[in-house]
Amino acid sequence: MRQRRRRITNTVMMMAVTACAAVAIGLMFLIVGYIAVKGISYLNPTFVTSTPAPLGETGGGIKHAIVGTVILVGIAMALAVPAGIAAGVFLSEYAGPRVRLVLRFLADTLTGVPSIVVGVFIYALIVIHTGFSALSGGVALAVIMLPIVARTAEEALYLVPRDQREAALALGTPKWRVVSSIAVPSAPPAITTGCLLAIARAAGETAPLLFTALGNNFYSTSINDPIAAMPIIIFRYALTPYAVLHDQAWATAFILVALMLVLSAVTRWVVSRGAGQLQ
Amino acid sequence: MATTSKPVDFRILKRRLRYGDTIFHGLVLLGALTILATLVAMVWILASQSTDSITHFGFGFFTSSTWNPVQNQFGALPAIYGTVASSILALLIAVPISIGVAIFLSEVAPGPIRVPASFLVEMLAAVPSVVFGLWGLFVLAPKIRDPLERILGDYFGWLPLFKGAHLGIGILAAGIILAIMILPIITAISRDVLRAVPRSQREAALALGATKWETIWSVVLPYARPGITGAVILGLGRAVGETMAVTMLIGNAYKINISLFSPGNTLASSIASELGESSGLYRSAIIELGLVLLAVTVLINVAARLLIWRISTHAGGDLRA
Repeated sequence: MRQRRRRITNTVMMMAVTACAAVAIGLMFLIVGYIAVKGISYLNPTFVTSTPAPLGETGGGIKHAIVGTVILVGIAMALAVPAGIAAGVFLSEYAGPRVRLVLRFLADTLTGVPSIVVGVFIYALIVIHTGFSALSGGVALAVIMLPIVARTAEEALYLVPRDQREAALALGTPKWRVVSSIAVPSAPPAITTGCLLAIARAAGETAPLLFTALGNNFYSTSINDPIAAMPIIIFRYALTPYAVLHDQAWATAFILVALMLVLSAVTRWVVSRGAGQLQ
Repeated sequence: MATTSKPVDFRILKRRLRYGDTIFHGLVLLGALTILATLVAMVWILASQSTDSITHFGFGFFTSSTWNPVQNQFGALPAIYGTVASSILALLIAVPISIGVAIFLSEVAPGPIRVPASFLVEMLAAVPSVVFGLWGLFVLAPKIRDPLERILGDYFGWLPLFKGAHLGIGILAAGIILAIMILPIITAISRDVLRAVPRSQREAALALGATKWETIWSVVLPYARPGITGAVILGLGRAVGETMAVTMLIGNAYKINISLFSPGNTLASSIASELGESSGLYRSAIIELGLVLLAVTVLINVAARLLIWRISTHAGGDLRA
């Protein structure tokens, strides 16, 4: 009797956890599938190659927002990638155990800061004085990318075998040459991964851009003016009462999600390949 | 360096090489310091920009429920209430499911489907917040209004939690979308923590005749408890700071209403919907909301990382959040 109850409990709980997994995976398909269906049905070549049509007219696209996102992420990369890799090199090659622990902790803390707070920070630091601009938006995204690049670069450098460094050091190579010409170049797949992860994260962020890049209905490439971005388009279009703009928001969401999924798939592929090579 | 026609002067070469090391060390140190500088500047700027509001309202900022830009009266209580309510609701929904998924992925799933199943769950984490907001607004909110709120209202309407008009958007909607958004992170970390539980523990329990579930329930889960707690707290940190989806679904109303059907506001959603059009004391008060949010999320993250860190060093593995 007792045996039977135990067996039944076991079966029921196994089914319950399987159901949990089914719910989670089902949700993923539900959400991504819905976005794909809604997005693809509106998507057409002119959507990505034209700027918004005047309200009331059909057509029009999000070329300005695609270019804007590329510019914003470009600015963020230019700032965060060198600094982040430098920080990663410092953490893995130079820092003593205690400094490393503190800095890692700070980097993880920065990762945990909500993106809206980063937006408020850059707003108070830059925008209050100079007005809304693409540059301030790029800086905000850089703050979000920095700790991600730093931590993945650090982890990547640990994967480089000690023998390689020691061989170079034994030949009399100074430490900075060992690091910059041997350690960093040997770890590129993993460092690239970190940058891709950071790009994926930054490209989808809306909150830090609301009070920095602001968004722009017109095509602009100036870094001193407000600039459009795909996430801002989704947010603003979704809150309008116009069905055509809702459709455009879905199509933009589809492009963004497709970009994220491709980036994260590439990241995984690089990681699995890189790990295989180094072991 | 040594390609000049003159014989190599080793003193110069040595000096150059040493300079190279000093400069390089300085550069990478600078990179590392940008992380520290960013954090310090963030706290400093937010604190200095909210000084007006801090001196004007003092501690009353946290106890007043008036938020009136016209009369320059600002109290954070409604935003704090909304943040707490939506986050707790999100945890209540997400934690049992996440732990269930983590158990499935680490203990139950047959080998070949573990990796693809983990991948599919984590794909949810790649969807940007604003896209969850879009989906929530047009797909989820109508379903919450009817049937979910109708059924809850019909059967549990006597509870103050489920009273009031069925709007679709509100604290319930925000809590549900947050639950979906924090599910992948709690799952991923819990799964790693469960995997870090030594095999010998499971084998010992199974050898004593325990069923698979008994092994999981009385051996694996207790062993992994600190790490899972860390994962849950990290999920809480995510929920508290989440902005876009919540802003689009919570209804943005400054009132404290016990009913989950009523619209509300969170710290993050207040900032997102109002900072752009503010100035003077109004702006200062909103920036103070940002400062409060920063303090809360940093505390939550520190607590979570200490817990996860403890179990990962305990188990000898290296876990990353």
